[in-house]
Amino acid sequence: MITVDSLTKTYGGFTAVDDVSFTARSGRVTGFLGPNGAGKSTTMRIMVGLTPATSGTAHVSGRRFADLPNPGLEVGVLLDASAQHAGRTGREILTIAQRTMGLPARRVEEMLEMVSLTADEAGRRVSNYSLGMRQRLGIATALLGDPEVLILDEPANGLDPAGIRWMRDLLRGYADQGGTVLLSSHLLHEIEVIADDLVVIGQGRIVAQGTKTELLAAAGTLVRTPDLPTLARALVDADVEFTRTSDALRVEADPDLVGRLALAAGVPLTELRAGDGAGLEEMFLELTADTQRDDISEGAAA
Amino acid sequence: MTTLTLEHEHENERAHRDDLLVARSAPAPIPMSRIVAVELRKSFDTRSGFWLLASVGILATLATAATILFAPDSEITYMTFGTAIGVPMAIILPVIAILSVTSEWSQRTGLTSFTLVPHRARVVNAKLAVAVGVGVVSMLLALGIGALGNLLGAAIVGVDPVWDVAAADLVGLLLFQIVNMLIGFMLGVLFRNSAGAIVGYFVYSFVLGTLTEVLSATQDWFERIQPWIDFNYTQGSLTEMSAMTAENWAQLGVTGLVWLVLPLAVGLRAVLRSEVK
Repeated sequence: MITVDSLTKTYGGFTAVDDVSFTARSGRVTGFLGPNGAGKSTTMRIMVGLTPATSGTAHVSGRRFADLPNPGLEVGVLLDASAQHAGRTGREILTIAQRTMGLPARRVEEMLEMVSLTADEAGRRVSNYSLGMRQRLGIATALLGDPEVLILDEPANGLDPAGIRWMRDLLRGYADQGGTVLLSSHLLHEIEVIADDLVVIGQGRIVAQGTKTELLAAAGTLVRTPDLPTLARALVDADVEFTRTSDALRVEADPDLVGRLALAAGVPLTELRAGDGAGLEEMFLELTADTQRDDISEGAAA
Repeated sequence: MTTLTLEHEHENERAHRDDLLVARSAPAPIPMSRIVAVELRKSFDTRSGFWLLASVGILATLATAATILFAPDSEITYMTFGTAIGVPMAIILPVIAILSVTSEWSQRTGLTSFTLVPHRARVVNAKLAVAVGVGVVSMLLALGIGALGNLLGAAIVGVDPVWDVAAADLVGLLLFQIVNMLIGFMLGVLFRNSAGAIVGYFVYSFVLGTLTEVLSATQDWFERIQPWIDFNYTQGSLTEMSAMTAENWAQLGVTGLVWLVLPLAVGLRAVLRSEVK
């Protein structure tokens, strides 16, 4: 379990992490979601003691990271797969970690096999690795000590689709065995398929958190009809809020209510469903709208 | 409820897992000896690290061979060999010390090193121990190669080998190089950047050393105070340690405090507190 409590980090006048609190529970995959520069990496670095917090605390398995006697056996950390000595071979990098943790040497071969790095690849220097191979090596390092908690910053970066699928299954299995997985991403689709819980961060502040189901429910209903004006009028009359896209409405109510209103208004529907999928993305853009760099106006609204 | 059953299942799996992990349910702290061993390995296991260490032997051999080839017969003494070997050592050993520290930042391996061992002071102490250890072994090796060269040179020239270096001066020579390594280490923690620290070392030891030499040769006032402010100068007196007076030691202590210990303390403080990115 990871507990983050009122974490704040300021650089001069700039607040990179602003009063962030959340819990990543065991047996679940917690997705840490936010646009670039939202404070995800800083928060993760504070968790593992690489960056001192201005105020607030972070505990892993009930203790401060620095108080863990042999952290590698309790917390697997992958913050940046490129942060490896380019002159070492992949196997050597794992061997250093294995020796530091005091594990048997066979763990290195086991991990290489687990992340599908061949003996030939493991013997190459990391400067010749693709980002995907570095990512696999980083995951191997994180899993080496068979820890109960995983903290991974953008682990899917550079992986090909098969690699992403592989990692998703790996992390899912890990959480199903009771492990705690915290992974960050700026890619919604990646996190949507794997996370049980979501923590959404923008400009250092948490803008939403909860189970994926809860957050998806908040994404409303998508409805399509050939007769948009009539349905829109019915929704306005019923005091239900909605936004209009080119050929559909996204309604801030559940599908049941929208269906009834459409029936009462006598409007034929071509589609009616919970606004998931694209919904989470819209939620994400919406939640981070005032806190992101690019101005994405809600073009279709009204 | 599904959540309940799920949690129940998790507990079962958890218990199973705990059974498997019972031997290391409370991990023992990482012993210092292990960190030192890992740091030692890290100074050999890259191409640059390997060749830097190998060059200790290679350059000591080259310096010895050059002395046999080019030194006049009357100069075939152990002192000549010791001096010839000292020059490349004064360049390589500090660079080894510098890179052991700065690569954690320049190559960003600190992200892993300082999360596997979250107490940076332990990692840095281990690096210091390794640097001093490598320095001592390297110098013993180099002086050994020099001794062989002296025997060989004397045999070629056809004279009795001359051992004109007092035991105390051998120790002094060793200390001289260890101080060089510490200077490298200090610049490493201060700059935390490979190129910066290496350039810093050459400025510190060679440029500054030459400047103060010129200054003391031309300015009387500087020559008078030099023993109390010039660390290169006082460090040099170590090479003739048998002749060092109590005052010389005091001068070495004062200059060493200002030029080595204080900046080292500033650098260590920065290492312990800075952000590792």
